[in-house]
Amino acid sequence: MTHHDKKGAGLTRRSALLSGAGLLGAGMFSLPRMSFAADYPPLGNFPDGASGDSVFVGIDVPLTGTYADAGADEQKGIELAIEHLNSGDPLIKAISPKTSTGILGKKVTSGVADEQAKANVAVQNATQFITQNKAMVVIGSVSSATAVALNHLAQDKKVLYLPGISGSNDTTGKDCTRYSFRECHYAYSASAAIVPVLLKELGKDRKAAYLTPDYTYGHTVYDSMTKFSEAGGWKTVTNQLAPLGAPDYSAFLLNIANSGADVLVNIGFGNDAVNSIKQAKQFGLLDKMTLVMPYLSPFLAKQVTPDLMAGVYGTTEFWWTYGEKDPLAQQFVDAFSKKYGYKPEWGAHAGYLQIALWANAVETAGTFYPPEVIKAYENGEHIKNSTLGEVWWRAADHQLVRPVFVVKGKKKADMKSDDDYYDIVEVVPGEGIMQAPDAFGCKLGDAT
Amino acid sequence: MLNWGNFLSQLFNGLVSGALLALISAGLTIIYGTLGVLNLAHGALFMLGGYAGFVAFQATGSFVAALVCGTLFVGLVGIVLERVLIRYFYDRPDEDQILVTFGLGIVLVELVRVAFGSLTQSVPPPAWAAGITPLGFIIYPTYRLVVFGIVAAALGALYLLLYKTRLGLVVRAGIEDATMVDALGINIQRTFMLVFGIGALAAGFAGIVNAPIISITPNVGDDILIECFVVVVIGGVGSFPGAIVGGIIAGEIMSVTSMFDPSYSAVMLFAAMALVLVARPQGLFGTR
Repeated sequence: MTHHDKKGAGLTRRSALLSGAGLLGAGMFSLPRMSFAADYPPLGNFPDGASGDSVFVGIDVPLTGTYADAGADEQKGIELAIEHLNSGDPLIKAISPKTSTGILGKKVTSGVADEQAKANVAVQNATQFITQNKAMVVIGSVSSATAVALNHLAQDKKVLYLPGISGSNDTTGKDCTRYSFRECHYAYSASAAIVPVLLKELGKDRKAAYLTPDYTYGHTVYDSMTKFSEAGGWKTVTNQLAPLGAPDYSAFLLNIANSGADVLVNIGFGNDAVNSIKQAKQFGLLDKMTLVMPYLSPFLAKQVTPDLMAGVYGTTEFWWTYGEKDPLAQQFVDAFSKKYGYKPEWGAHAGYLQIALWANAVETAGTFYPPEVIKAYENGEHIKNSTLGEVWWRAADHQLVRPVFVVKGKKKADMKSDDDYYDIVEVVPGEGIMQAPDAFGCKLGDAT
Repeated sequence: MLNWGNFLSQLFNGLVSGALLALISAGLTIIYGTLGVLNLAHGALFMLGGYAGFVAFQATGSFVAALVCGTLFVGLVGIVLERVLIRYFYDRPDEDQILVTFGLGIVLVELVRVAFGSLTQSVPPPAWAAGITPLGFIIYPTYRLVVFGIVAAALGALYLLLYKTRLGLVVRAGIEDATMVDALGINIQRTFMLVFGIGALAAGFAGIVNAPIISITPNVGDDILIECFVVVVIGGVGSFPGAIVGGIIAGEIMSVTSMFDPSYSAVMLFAAMALVLVARPQGLFGTR
């Protein structure tokens, strides 16, 4: 159809230039974008994945295992964003002002694969999306172990990757890559946001026990939480490292019970958080210690019941009652609950916004050629309107500068509706709670 | 560093979690010992027990009713599966048996996922067993003490069944020499069906008993299955006493290791298995 299809015929740079020049005349009468694309050499899935009428998004999320609930929610948010792109919904146009319908006039299609919160499975799925579906972007994660693995795969394959939920500092730190962009909050920003609240509400003279999932996410949340809380006067009395997906926490909880702690900082996520909190209650720990969830897992209060979460402080990427403050957030909450019948959790929100911000970058670049899209991401321009207010990407580590929500669990009696589990205590602006971009050893690598 | 109070707590905790592991492993090991089928769907049956109990609890509000209904349901499922599927694989190669039970496990897990979703569900402990019991050196959830009691009772019942009944005699003879038992004119087919049902029953029972401790999800049986394999290997394949001793050893290893460094608890379990395989390949109580 276009000159793109000649790739298989062994185009040299010289002949590409010649044919490009030849087409320039014709291009003046056709879509200018198409002719500009001739200037870009094939890279990753460009131009193959973007030469037809549609572009493919590979959704790589855990649908089974410890993180299944958050993964399914994330998938819904991503699919809603794709639906909004294809219909030209006002919400997505508010975030990505150049969008009309689809992306660069192409319909967005998608496929989903279950990565089971396992890095090797996630890499297999993504590879299949990239080679067989010619995906122009792969999106999704709940475990940071899969996110960092896909970061590196994206860099190798020269195909963009957008983590969904990923709390590790490493994702935009030592494992950052040029081809990956993280929207959500993370260990450092979560800790910087919540610790001042904890010091104020719980006091400075506290002894904390940590229950930590034993991989990059848990380790970096532990590092950041202890850094900030110890500086504020807290003592760390024990750190119990539990494997991801551990069903029985009794051994760890006994160690915590005997540690003399008066605060239990639980870094567990997904079913790990559910099981460890329920078991902590059974061991009587929650009656003598204050529970803190520095990186709050989606659906947690629903699963452990509000009785156990009342008064518990945590951070989250998004909480649906923020819609009362922000009309775009409200539009998102309404559209999501209308389609799926429940209030969106933060995995869904992260997925939605990632797709919207990707659309914005591609529309700004005017091409799917990855280095140009990356340049658009890195151009430093603030996105004035989003479901989180004004946000922008840091070019140096590809982390979104964005607010962090500090929330507190509500008593059952205070809940105004079924999903009204938390009060938003504070929405902490992003700029003040981020480390220097190179503090965690981020080296992005090349775009080409 | 070593805190004796904590050490005793962990020893006790290892005993309780080991007992539960022993019960599930007992089901796995008698099925393998008698039928020669390595039942990779055992974890799924454990999971199914949790969900059956959950449904029964929702309907009746009674934990005891949940326990009884759930156990019988999984036992029945076991018998049906044996009749319509498993029995056609007795004479097939090991790989076929492994594949069919593995596939069966996936089907059961995904059916439950379709019906109940991936969000965790839970069955609360019965009111009379909620709360904490002080044991002097340790405070311990009352329900876990109750679990230890009922699991011990269930293991006792299994013991009586295997060692004091005619069925048990046939089963144990079958473990030694199935061909000879057949040649003696004993209906080994019916025995096989009952054994598979009893094995499933044990897994289902454990699944419900476990539900108040560990929230149920469609994948709740996955890790348990792996731990049970380790227990069976340590104790000796096909050996009922081996499953009990192996279960308690595994519980103690994981619990005590976690006191020093929790991240090594799973590693130490596999290290113990490797040690047993080197020193006594047939397992502690194995005969072949």
